[in-house]
Amino acid sequence: MTNHWIDIQHSDCVLIQGSNAAENHPISFKWVMRAKDKGAEVIHVDPRFTRTSARSTYHVPLRSGTDIAFLGGMIKYIIDNNLYFKDYVLNYTNAACLVSKDFKFKDGLFSGYDKDKRAYDKSSWAYQTNADGSIKKDPSLKDPNCVFQLLKKHYSRYSLKTVSSITGTSQEDLLKVYKSFSATGKPNKAGTIMYALGQCHHTVGVQNIRTMAIVQLLLGNIGVCGGGINALRGEPNVQGSTDHALLYHYLPGYLPAPKASQVTLKDYMDAVSYKTHEPKSVNWKSNQGKYAVSLMRSFYPEGVGEDLGFGYEYLPKIDDGQDASVMKMIDAMYDNKIKILTCIGQNPCCSLPNTNKVRAAMQNLDFMVHINIFDNESASFWKAPGIDTSKQKTECFLLPASASVEKEGSQANSGRWMQWKYAAAKAPGDAIPAGEIVWRIMEKLKELYKKEGGALPDAIKYINTDFVDNKKHFDAERVAKYINGYFTKDITIDGVKYKKGECVPGFALLQDDGSTSCGNWICSGSFTKDGENLMKRRSKADPTGLGLYSEWSYAWPMNRRVIYNRASVDPNGKPYNPKLKLIEWKDGKWVGDIVDGGAAPLNDEKGSLPFIMSPTGLGSLFGPGLADGPFPEHYEPLESPFAKNIMSGQRINPAITLYNGEKDLVANASKDFPIVMTTYSCTEHWCTGGFTRWQPWLLETQPGSYVEMSEELAKEKGIKNGERVRIRSARGSVEAVAMVTVRLRPFECGGKKVHQVGMTYNYGWRFPENGKDDSANLLTPTVGDANSQTPEYKAFMVNIEKI
Amino acid sequence: MADGKSILIDVSRCTGCRGCQVACKQWNNLEATSTVQSGTYQNPPDMDGDTYKIVRFEEGRDEKGKPYWHFFTDMCRHCVDAPCFYSAEEGTALHDEETGAVVFLDNLTIDNLDSVHGACPYSIPRGNERTGKVVKCTMCLDRQKEGKIPACVQSCPTGCMVYGERDEILALAEKRVEELKKEFPKVHALNPEEVRVIYILTDDDEKYGNITY
Repeated sequence: MTNHWIDIQHSDCVLIQGSNAAENHPISFKWVMRAKDKGAEVIHVDPRFTRTSARSTYHVPLRSGTDIAFLGGMIKYIIDNNLYFKDYVLNYTNAACLVSKDFKFKDGLFSGYDKDKRAYDKSSWAYQTNADGSIKKDPSLKDPNCVFQLLKKHYSRYSLKTVSSITGTSQEDLLKVYKSFSATGKPNKAGTIMYALGQCHHTVGVQNIRTMAIVQLLLGNIGVCGGGINALRGEPNVQGSTDHALLYHYLPGYLPAPKASQVTLKDYMDAVSYKTHEPKSVNWKSNQGKYAVSLMRSFYPEGVGEDLGFGYEYLPKIDDGQDASVMKMIDAMYDNKIKILTCIGQNPCCSLPNTNKVRAAMQNLDFMVHINIFDNESASFWKAPGIDTSKQKTECFLLPASASVEKEGSQANSGRWMQWKYAAAKAPGDAIPAGEIVWRIMEKLKELYKKEGGALPDAIKYINTDFVDNKKHFDAERVAKYINGYFTKDITIDGVKYKKGECVPGFALLQDDGSTSCGNWICSGSFTKDGENLMKRRSKADPTGLGLYSEWSYAWPMNRRVIYNRASVDPNGKPYNPKLKLIEWKDGKWVGDIVDGGAAPLNDEKGSLPFIMSPTGLGSLFGPGLADGPFPEHYEPLESPFAKNIMSGQRINPAITLYNGEKDLVANASKDFPIVMTTYSCTEHWCTGGFTRWQPWLLETQPGSYVEMSEELAKEKGIKNGERVRIRSARGSVEAVAMVTVRLRPFECGGKKVHQVGMTYNYGWRFPENGKDDSANLLTPTVGDANSQTPEYKAFMVNIEKI
Repeated sequence: MADGKSILIDVSRCTGCRGCQVACKQWNNLEATSTVQSGTYQNPPDMDGDTYKIVRFEEGRDEKGKPYWHFFTDMCRHCVDAPCFYSAEEGTALHDEETGAVVFLDNLTIDNLDSVHGACPYSIPRGNERTGKVVKCTMCLDRQKEGKIPACVQSCPTGCMVYGERDEILALAEKRVEELKKEFPKVHALNPEEVRVIYILTDDDEKYGNITY
């Protein structure tokens, strides 16, 4: 979230798209309802009428996988009707920047496309520059090559008629949403967008969210109270796990993962220390080298690897251009190239797409270590229905871990608040925190490497594992301090003395000379110099009256509650909305929330631009960094009802990786699979149900798998509510109970009637032991987003028959 | 009797999350009911000897053809003048002076179910075959006596359920009905003078399922 949960109450219009917030993030609706109490419109855009729709002012259906078309139409509407926030767009976005004259867009392709590589050469997407390297700009926004004109031109193709034909949403409904939300493009109004996996789980997932960002930048809704792009993260600690580099392409704090070509620390630092020629840009990422060195210092203690870039050269690297996402991992396992799997708190045999392939791949392993609270379909893959257990050769270990409430530690919520929690109960039996399990394994590995040597033994032998108390139990607060960072020697910065062993009270003090350590720069500042854990704070003080609660826990970065908050004030530091003063420049200093970067307002001689994480300092209407284009463009999902894309000759996202293995079957525009399917989770279960299916009070509320379908489809198929049905895709089949409902209706799109159904992925064969309810992911395709490789769980094709 | 306590259930804020339904089972240590998916979110299908509270899910189309989905967290209303209390033999039920909660005691055995159930306008009391007792929601009288709010209210994430002094709850009910009139012309409170658990409904009563009175 750019903002935080409590902030939703300040919104004048809440657009919930690609999210079932009421069901999957129940607490969000406390604040959505507060906004509604104050007169906000709450709009839910979703293929299905859900519990979120029930509490919204109104619901608007769209066909799964058509969000870019839907929002692209809104961009056109905002520009055509002059509803954008002109000052904001001009001062704080890249609208005025001139793009290279070589930049082109034709028939669904941007310039630089290489058909064979399915990738773009992005050189023509660059800005035009002045002699000093700064970007050429046209503040009149009239130059045909300025971002604003290019944006206008690109989305001029997204007329109501075209959008309606793609999305299946009526023109009347489209206009209703566009009007409501565009009304927030005024200085004293704010609109928020709440999204979740319904936006991410697509081959165009990142661009779905980019489209939302463009809408919000045009309306001046980023950085303000009641605005923002708010990704809803939940109980699985998605926020915390991504902050701490759960994904392959990151080191902690979203530092890029080192590549094989970045042999030395200098190579890496040169690549990640972003440069800018914009005089007013803070360009915070120019500091990434300091964060990288401090990170290495937390991995390896002083005296180790000093001549190897503080241990940088010990780190494993990914090959340049390598996709090391989970789907590639399963591919490699399927092809016998990965033989050992450690699986912590996951259930890939239910959660990953095309689960038949995953389950087959698992059988090729030599051994598997599974760390979890309960047994699940992955831990027990060797005894799944249809598998001859006697022929399984994989040696499997199931290590019992304690649950989140049985251990102390921090948990990051969607608003980036790192809240400290205490153990509420003792874990049963031999269960211990996953951190302690990993620590014990590392200690054993170190011992073995010391004794036996091996490839690159120093990397393991010397790695920091000072993570336990004197009884050798995992000490979460000790780890948290390493994450925050220490001074590793006595130094003086800006006249202030810091002693070796003191905590670094903020990432601005991190150094690239080895004098600081920091396990994750964004968390630096969560401890004071003297070691007070700010994540434990519980003050309800609210001096701004805006519900920032700045002394409750700690929000990264630097306890800032709304990021990019400089964009909430005009270039003189005066709040655009005087009723919701997030920050204000008063008597030569900032008051309110912690301002982004310390500098004075933009118009001051030393003032700076608000988007400090971008080298331009500006919000990106034009986003030249992505794999699949600087403007979001509608492409059909890998599987859809249509042989052609109404928008262009490119049916699917031209930059996605296509999988062509024997199990990676695809059926597009096929009469065998004519129904659009989407998958999701319900309130009562958690992810694949690995925890919740074992909980009898939850299981009784949602005891088995169901597929939601319209009355019209049920009638066509002769299916009655409550009957068991079989759902088939090109890849697999699964049983469920038919839930025939008025909450889904067929769409009229592309000149025909399109049926849409949906089911939860909360079930698996392991429990309940009826053997009938299995994962919806037996149906989903092996394909992901062009940038993030997030699988396309949300839109694919099936057929349904009565059993 | 003093005015006692009341619970407001403002369905315009209910997301049907069923936190209250599960919290009730947890606080009262009730066994899970064996259920099957039968084509609805509503499960268990009705109250039973181990289920004092369920959320009813009712859907349909409104006058304009748009779908609606109503959630009604059904529970004992704790009537101000409770017919079940009078129908139970003396010493088998309790009408608490301080709070107004109506509680069945352990000696209200299952052979009394018909008379107690027959007296209830809301079809709340159930027999528990395992323990041989007649059971229902206690308004968490045990929690209230310790200064805690009822478990269902505690669990509610959106503020749909509010617990407090009866006069305050009645005033709040009136206020909410006024506030909601603009968006929901049919909004009304369900016989607030007669019951301690007061519902605010935004649509016709019959659209919430079997909630007879």
